[in-house]
Amino acid sequence: MATIDSKIPQGPLAEKWSNYKAHQKLVNPANKRKLDIIVVGTGLAGASAAASLGALGFKVKNFCIQDSPRRAHSIAAQGGINAAKNYQNDGDSVYRLFYDTIKGGDYRAREANVYRLAEVSNSIIDQCVAQGVPFARDYGGLLDNRSFGGAQVSRTFYAKGQTGQQLLLGAYSALSRQVNKGTVTLYTRYEMLDVVLIKDEKGIERARGIIARNLVTGKVERFFGHAVVIATGGYGNTYFLSTNAMGSNGSAAMQIYRKGAYFANPCYAQIHPTCIPVHGDIQSKLTLMSESLRNDGRIWVPKKKEDAVALRNGTKTANDIPDEDRDFYLERRYPAFGNLVPRDVASRAAKERCDAGFGVNNTGLAVFLDFKYAIQRLGKDVVAARYGNLFQMYQKITDEDPYEVPMKIFPAIHYTMGGIWVDYELQTSIKGLFAIGEANFSDHGANRLGASALMQGLADGYFVLPYTIQNYLADQIQVAPISTDAPEFVEAEKAVNEKIKKLMNIKGKRSVDSIHKELGHIMWDNVGMARTKQSLEVAMKKIKELKKEFWTNLFIPGDANTLNTELEKALRLSDFLEIGYLMAIDAYNREESCGGHFREEHQTEEGEALRHDDQFSYVACWHYQGEDKDPECLKEALDYEFTERKTRNYKE
Amino acid sequence: MEKERSINITVKVWRQRGPQEKGYFDTFELNNISTDSSFLEMLDVLNEKLVGEGKEPVVFDHDCREGICGMCSLFVNGHPHGPDEDVTTCQLHMRKFKDGETITIEPWRSAAFPVIRDLMVDRSAFDKIMQAGGYVSVNTGGIPDANSTPIAKKDADEAMDAASCIGCGACVAACKNGSAMLFVSAKVSQLALLPQGRVEAARRAKAMVAKMDELGFGNCTNTGACEAECPKSVSISNIARLNREFLCAKLKD
Repeated sequence: MATIDSKIPQGPLAEKWSNYKAHQKLVNPANKRKLDIIVVGTGLAGASAAASLGALGFKVKNFCIQDSPRRAHSIAAQGGINAAKNYQNDGDSVYRLFYDTIKGGDYRAREANVYRLAEVSNSIIDQCVAQGVPFARDYGGLLDNRSFGGAQVSRTFYAKGQTGQQLLLGAYSALSRQVNKGTVTLYTRYEMLDVVLIKDEKGIERARGIIARNLVTGKVERFFGHAVVIATGGYGNTYFLSTNAMGSNGSAAMQIYRKGAYFANPCYAQIHPTCIPVHGDIQSKLTLMSESLRNDGRIWVPKKKEDAVALRNGTKTANDIPDEDRDFYLERRYPAFGNLVPRDVASRAAKERCDAGFGVNNTGLAVFLDFKYAIQRLGKDVVAARYGNLFQMYQKITDEDPYEVPMKIFPAIHYTMGGIWVDYELQTSIKGLFAIGEANFSDHGANRLGASALMQGLADGYFVLPYTIQNYLADQIQVAPISTDAPEFVEAEKAVNEKIKKLMNIKGKRSVDSIHKELGHIMWDNVGMARTKQSLEVAMKKIKELKKEFWTNLFIPGDANTLNTELEKALRLSDFLEIGYLMAIDAYNREESCGGHFREEHQTEEGEALRHDDQFSYVACWHYQGEDKDPECLKEALDYEFTERKTRNYKE
Repeated sequence: MEKERSINITVKVWRQRGPQEKGYFDTFELNNISTDSSFLEMLDVLNEKLVGEGKEPVVFDHDCREGICGMCSLFVNGHPHGPDEDVTTCQLHMRKFKDGETITIEPWRSAAFPVIRDLMVDRSAFDKIMQAGGYVSVNTGGIPDANSTPIAKKDADEAMDAASCIGCGACVAACKNGSAMLFVSAKVSQLALLPQGRVEAARRAKAMVAKMDELGFGNCTNTGACEAECPKSVSISNIARLNREFLCAKLKD
């Protein structure tokens, strides 16, 4: 059995990263020019990595499925980005950001990785300001901060409700500059369909390139790189309905998983508490309302069941219910953190109230997020300045004015903490193959805190990978570029073409979306906010059946050798089916509750997540064993050397 | 929320196999479309219907479906992003349409944005303009502390307003000259307003304008259509600033 080596440097926590950098191998400028790096994805992680590697002098090929790198889904992040600047003098520090993140992740992340993340967080803010990112400022001209869930300090930097957009445009600008300089070549409207592994003279398999399909011409092409970096985001769209973009997918992760890269903690999916509720069957996606709204909005449902019924029937509106009949359940249950408890806690609390019959819209699956009190306290103008664009978005979608009536919100799939297993160097279990940003599993444990995804994506891309990848590439300077006519490339391309042909030739009756929606229902009902042994058995059985249905009854119109959006979706769905199964088997295997993974059998008397540190303090690394075989679960033990693991407590 | 309603509509959709091929309008009837659904969800219904009949779906660009990625780009009833104010096509909702209405859907029409297929166009010209100079020339690392240079709140806010451009191209599609001035001016303004970007403001304005001209975008004749149709309300005053920046830069040459 393979052993898991996370390559965590020795020494005290605060010195590990400095020690690593001091002793790692580097590549000199003349050799950098000779080395090709493929970066797949142009979100915060991909664009920042490609730009930084280009600036260092490497030859970078950067791929994205959209028409421009600027469209990657990082663009949609609203609320902000954390950093331990302590500009507010409110007691923040690198250690405190580290501690909040470890605790927020329910003690299921690696200490060394998280500490490094907190350490480089400040440089990210400096970098972004230098690029011209227009963060919010106070009248004195200095940067402003807001609060996010799971923290008692204000450490979140923001640019209105469009922080992700501004950070991505900063990275995109830096990337554009490198394209102009000729260090980065962009491949837009290209989709990676496989990784190419080639054995070196010692018989060690190394990532040496990718197979990608030109989405406009349909042509399948081969690309060489001395190293390959996967920055393709998460797999939330396994649930069909999520806050992810329509094109977000987990296919690159599944391709490398089938080639032997471990997939870690697939069951850790984040369900965001504040999303606009589902409106009907033809719904295509769910829209997030930023967590920043919980700074000033108060979450409630009626205290009396008859009021909830009246709200559902439409005989009463929110404003008809007096304050004394409102149950501000987060403030009631978690006095210390109130409305700013972490996402997993807030989501489960909403579900608990709705399950108990207090849901407020016609489906009974919604709670109120109310700004009445903030408007009374601060005035409408201040609320509008802080959240105006979010309020406008809410109104466009629901046709209701949140300045007048409370928002209705409900949890939705938002982010996946699980992902491709990587070591401290962000290298996967395949040599020369790296994974960064949401695509990897490394920093958020079982639950991610708000405003930490942007931090991690940019930390990986700007300040971690550009170092660690050199430690690998330093040994590759003697390797001449490998011709894409090499048999491994030919073989990989052939396999991709065969898969496409197989899909096109099913010629069944069902559309891609109809099967994807069915998968989404299976996942949400059985591998959603609360999971049980039984629900997970149901999920695994049903996904197997659905996979069969997919491969025997799918219909794709048109041809493969041209633009074909149905084929693109089908290829992604074939992988979502596999991810869905992995999520279910991992959730089944993990007989405890932690963070976003809640097993109903394992909860405290008060309904909080109950971890079993003695049995499950490990990273579950799933290793592919072949078509129609269950994967093997390898375990990377999580040793907590520097922090004491406690039951998470947001009450006091 | 109001009680759910549904409407019956006719959609006239532009179909075109490729950039060189002749296009035409295809007409479809759609019944019972929920008014709470978005415009793109209506197109999803149409495409499911087409696929169910063994036909190829209507191709259109879309991704985030929350109004920020700038991918969706439909010309609906004569307006980029349709009849509603300050929204992208993905946030246009069917409640803006009447029962029995005929809706005409076309791609962006501009020489600089050739049609790829049906409603999907090639906007890579925007990337090329950005590559010509839409950045501050800094590498990663070696950067002073973020608070070392105070920036007046007014300037930061104005820069943010300009930076809210999503690069969708509605301004070009709305302009009778096919001008990209609003897009270019938004980036030039954002960076010129901030001390970090000020350093190379002249070089940037010249480089981006030269690239814009080279790529076949038209000239600005101050019709204001771009601002009126911009889903993010990017102000035409940015164009005035670009003209000023450009002129000053040229005078120094």
